[in-house]
Amino acid sequence: METLVDNDLIARPDESLGRAFSAPKPKDAAKASKRIKRSHRQIRTETFFRRSLIIVGLLMVALVFAIMLTLIVESIPSIKALGAGYLWGKTWDPVKDVYGALPFLMGTLLTSFLALLISVPFSFAVAIVLGEYYPQGWLSNLLKNMVELIAAVPSVIYGFWGLAVLVPIVRTFETSLGVPPMGYGIFSSSLILAIMIIPYAASLGRSMIQMVPANLKEAAYSLGATRWEVIRSVILPYTKSGLFAGVLLSLGRALGETMAVTMVIGNTTLMPNGIFSTGNTMASVIANELGEADKVVYNSALVELGLVLFLVTVVINMIGKKVIGKFTNE
Amino acid sequence: MRSIKNVTLTGLAVAIVGGILLTGCSGSGTGSKADSASAANSAGEDNTLMGAGASFPNPLYSKMFSEYNKTTGLKVNYQSIGSGGGIKGLTDKTVDFGASDAPLTDDQAKAMSAPAIHIPATAGAVVLSYNLPDVKDTLCLSPDVLAGIFLGTITKWNDAKIAAVNKGVKLPNMAIMIAHRTDASGTSNIFTTYLTKVNKDWETKVGKGSSVNWPVGLGGKGNEGVAGYIKQSPGTIGYIELAYAIQNNMAYAKIQNKAGNFIAPSIASVTAAANIDIPADGKVSLTNTDAPDGYPISGLSWVLIYQEQKYNNRTADKAAKMVKLIQWMIHDGQQYSAALNYAPLSAKAVAVGDALLKTVTYDGKPVAQ
Repeated sequence: METLVDNDLIARPDESLGRAFSAPKPKDAAKASKRIKRSHRQIRTETFFRRSLIIVGLLMVALVFAIMLTLIVESIPSIKALGAGYLWGKTWDPVKDVYGALPFLMGTLLTSFLALLISVPFSFAVAIVLGEYYPQGWLSNLLKNMVELIAAVPSVIYGFWGLAVLVPIVRTFETSLGVPPMGYGIFSSSLILAIMIIPYAASLGRSMIQMVPANLKEAAYSLGATRWEVIRSVILPYTKSGLFAGVLLSLGRALGETMAVTMVIGNTTLMPNGIFSTGNTMASVIANELGEADKVVYNSALVELGLVLFLVTVVINMIGKKVIGKFTNE
Repeated sequence: MRSIKNVTLTGLAVAIVGGILLTGCSGSGTGSKADSASAANSAGEDNTLMGAGASFPNPLYSKMFSEYNKTTGLKVNYQSIGSGGGIKGLTDKTVDFGASDAPLTDDQAKAMSAPAIHIPATAGAVVLSYNLPDVKDTLCLSPDVLAGIFLGTITKWNDAKIAAVNKGVKLPNMAIMIAHRTDASGTSNIFTTYLTKVNKDWETKVGKGSSVNWPVGLGGKGNEGVAGYIKQSPGTIGYIELAYAIQNNMAYAKIQNKAGNFIAPSIASVTAAANIDIPADGKVSLTNTDAPDGYPISGLSWVLIYQEQKYNNRTADKAAKMVKLIQWMIHDGQQYSAALNYAPLSAKAVAVGDALLKTVTYDGKPVAQ
């Protein structure tokens, strides 16, 4: 039976091929045109789907430009009144209508980069442990989930924890160092931020390390390399750009963080004079003061602060892209 | 044919999305007008009044409005978004009334299309709370000492100037830490207005406002932020609202008033401070008043409304309801003040409020009966 059916199947293409050359019967013509119709509908759906995707994608681009445009337009009164001096002015005085963004720019950059410095060893360690040493097992699952949970905790909780636990510890630490023991300030904010940004670099780093081809590692092992040597000379160079991208992601998060920072940084408008001094960040100033900024220039100066923050993020991202590109080419 | 169809389809999609974008853009231009109109309409229909402004009197206003709702059925939707926000809302005509801890500045008054009136609705005080574990007596502060502390010229608790006004109190050799509000607030405005009045240095170096350039100290968000600094670190002094200090059992200082007496902040001493001649427009600062028993860092909180109520298709009925509500607030509503640690208005302030409400008109005719 089976062979019979097979023969039949084999015979059919020849048959239809023969028919195609001879004059087609009306029934077959209808069949053929139906098939063509369906495929055209499919093509149309495809095109429609593709174009909608492009439009939605372009909407995102338009949105970013619209946000930037809004920031620029709203900052015009402040740019007109204060000029470029806004960027290096050190006084922020709403009573006299004098606004300088430098203390807050410094505050944002200091807290973010210090946080990065503190967090990178931890996030890389987590990435290597989870990516290379223990990719499976309940312990690594627990560690992985916990690290991801760090990213899910709302920032106000970090702020509260910082206020209740971290600040007194930092105060004791500052007393032992002999600096004014306030507990609040750039250092406390950086510690909080460091904890908050660990998961970003760690998660990306872990998936990058897991993607390193096994044959590269095996080749290194076969040449007598130890585990540390494999990590140092195979895994890390191979995943360099991915690890850096993770760090960049962390930095972006640190730059924009508002709530946790504003709760522990001390919120002073004076220029920070060290990592133990109090200060303020751009995001935190905007959050604190925009609600009652009743003067035109005041309001506009706060929006300009947002514009500066936006531009700082863009510049850091662009530099980061360049570095990633260079790593990838190597 | 088919390619033409494809083009039309995509064109349609682009047109739809573009249309959404375009309406979005054109909508934003007239947005505020449309919003205010719709807000006014809906408010007129469902017996609701919209208010926005100061957060300082919010607990009292919430209580008042809920009681008023029980007796009259009128709903008042009050958003405590800060004095600045309330003034902005009234300027844009998105609310029926605004509320502020500070009278309108000349610039703010100019920005409004019609004159607005200030009706005093309640009074409160700003207290200086401190954390000195070893000091059992209530600390006394004179205006100069207070200004010196907040200017950063007095840095130790055992400074001779502080000791001079606290005879017999053993003051610790401890650095003074200062806590102030970091968010713009009416509380800061009352406090800095007081310092500006009593101290020349403060007036020239810092000035008054709802947010100022603080020479020293840590900034906390809200009363709770400042109170947090004070509770956590010994040696800290900061200013908070009286109601908040009482509810949280915090120590606060007696302040020397204009008559030279050291006065502890309380509902009675705030009412005493408010018992002065109030100008006909209701705009008066209660800081450093002449009252001999008055606490010097007190302040009024105002309800702001337009004098001419016919704007944006408002109905006469609505204007009448609002005037009635405010009349009730300054008379019967005052009974809820004491329980919430607000000072009831003085008889003089109520009289000024009544007189002001009589000047409110709808289409040129007085609204109040």
